[in-house]
Amino acid sequence: MVTRLNAIPRKFSLPRVSQILIWLVLLLAFFFFIMPVYVMIVNGLKEATNVSLSTMWNIPDNLQGGGFVEAARRLWPNMKNSLLMVIPATIISSFLGALNGYLLSKWKFPGADLLFTIMLFGFFIPYQAVLLPLVRFLQVIQLYGTIPGLILCHVVYGLPITTLMFRNYFSGVPTELIEAASVDGAGMLTTFWKVMLPLSVPAFIVVGIFQFTNIWNDFLFGVTVVPNPAAQPVTIALNNLSGSFSVDWNVVMAGAVIAALPTALVYIFLGRYFVRGLLAGSVKG
Amino acid sequence: MSTSELVKTRTGASVVSKSRSKRPWLSERWQSFLLLLPSFIAVGIFVYGFISFTIYVSLSNWRTLVRDTSLRQPLLANYADLFAMPRWQADLRNTVVFTIFFMAISLVVGLGLAILLDRKLFAGTFLRNVYLFPYALSFVVCGVAWRWIFNPEAGINTLFNLFGINPMLAAVGVGPLQPGWTTDPTILLKVNDALILIWPAAGQLQVQLGVPAAMIPVAIAASWQLSGFVMAMYVGGMATIPEEVREAARIDGATEWQVYRQVIIPMLAPVTVSLAVLLLHTSLKIFDLVYTMSGTGPGFATDVPAIFVFETMFKATRYNLASAGAITMLIAVGFVIIPYLTRSLRER
Repeated sequence: MVTRLNAIPRKFSLPRVSQILIWLVLLLAFFFFIMPVYVMIVNGLKEATNVSLSTMWNIPDNLQGGGFVEAARRLWPNMKNSLLMVIPATIISSFLGALNGYLLSKWKFPGADLLFTIMLFGFFIPYQAVLLPLVRFLQVIQLYGTIPGLILCHVVYGLPITTLMFRNYFSGVPTELIEAASVDGAGMLTTFWKVMLPLSVPAFIVVGIFQFTNIWNDFLFGVTVVPNPAAQPVTIALNNLSGSFSVDWNVVMAGAVIAALPTALVYIFLGRYFVRGLLAGSVKG
Repeated sequence: MSTSELVKTRTGASVVSKSRSKRPWLSERWQSFLLLLPSFIAVGIFVYGFISFTIYVSLSNWRTLVRDTSLRQPLLANYADLFAMPRWQADLRNTVVFTIFFMAISLVVGLGLAILLDRKLFAGTFLRNVYLFPYALSFVVCGVAWRWIFNPEAGINTLFNLFGINPMLAAVGVGPLQPGWTTDPTILLKVNDALILIWPAAGQLQVQLGVPAAMIPVAIAASWQLSGFVMAMYVGGMATIPEEVREAARIDGATEWQVYRQVIIPMLAPVTVSLAVLLLHTSLKIFDLVYTMSGTGPGFATDVPAIFVFETMFKATRYNLASAGAITMLIAVGFVIIPYLTRSLRER
């Protein structure tokens, strides 16, 4: 009780000036963080005729779509490619990660931790160190330049991190549940299907969002594995749009908003899980 | 399964689980290993197999589209060529400069925001969500947006006029503030001459060592994207520190500032280590952001190893040189990541 009495007045006696100062700094930071988003949206909404560099900070005169119509027309095929890539890749890599994480946390064999650590290193490597043989390999199995080829890359290189996240999640699930299931005659895989999977819906949401964001935002695999512009994911199409001199930059800005939209929406509506995934994916358990 | 069978297994269960507690999961270990094997093999091939291939190419004569897998003599000749290249030397300089600016800004801004938000505030959660938002976007989107903000004809430079900074400068007789940002080829704080005094071999360097001015905007853009992540990690870390710790410090007469400096921040050291490792490895690999924002820059002022490898491999098709660059990157990342992973392995 004494501590509380001492602590409270101190908290309230925090000078007003410092409160205002804190707010001022936070507000400045707010403007800094929102600035590029403001620039993208405002200029994307302007028409090609009245978008100019000197009036970059002004709001648009009207809301008739501006560069968005043209950007959507150009990027739509690539948005479709990205969706066709990201959805299967996220589902498959999450599912395999769940199985691996379950086995590595609940059915450890000698050397499991070491093998897992060796696997986990694969998440951190610069992918430049594998690109040349990867491209050759995909050519041999005839998946080079295709969406399934990209899915394969994202699934395999996503395995270490999805395995890590599920392994950490399942470590927290009481082992008694497995023992109880095995008492009922359930084997390793039956327990996974009937007991662990239903329990791991929250983990699937977290890992799914993490993988969705990572794969959607990827650039390197897309640009090296798929040379044909019509088959490329949207991040590469946006970069091509941005580098093209024949395109007005209001279209580029609108394109950036469109390309960012899926992950932005995930963040806005499922932000809670997004933060959880980020903490789970970054801190070693 | 009939009811009687179920009962049988149920009754037999207590015996089974007793014997298991002595030698648990013996036969299952093999099952578990076999089920994991496909994933281990896939990662084994795609990570370690492919890396081995790249290492081999980095030692070979394969320098055109025509495959030539004979080993080059002397063994590390490609690496020698690589490190003698002015462009690669510039890339190494740029990586060091980028890393310093990027890590300093992200860590300071991220920790600062976490501390400022660590109290009851109107709209605190909203602000936290805004600060983390850039992390959900791709490096490509980030690069495209910042490219226009740091355009010398637009963005920040027009703000200098809008806010009356340039008119004010003109009034006191100084030229307008109009930095070239990513188009500026200037190298600030050149250190070559000083370096030669203590290390004569530095005379053979092909580039001006110093701070390429164009790299600073790139580091700011990268920090814009990752400061929120740093903040979120620190907020997560602070949430695990019990309120009693702060109260105890306050009772001892510590001011708010001292509570953070002498109690909270030291307690967050594990988070700081994790963050330093993650940010450092990100900056060693940085690619998409620089590639879309400024490309190689004027006189390779914003070129980075990842762009060099990408262009040398897929545009110039000098496979051996590109592979040597890629393996150098891998070794650098390994130096950062492997101690981190082995430490967390030992802790388990």
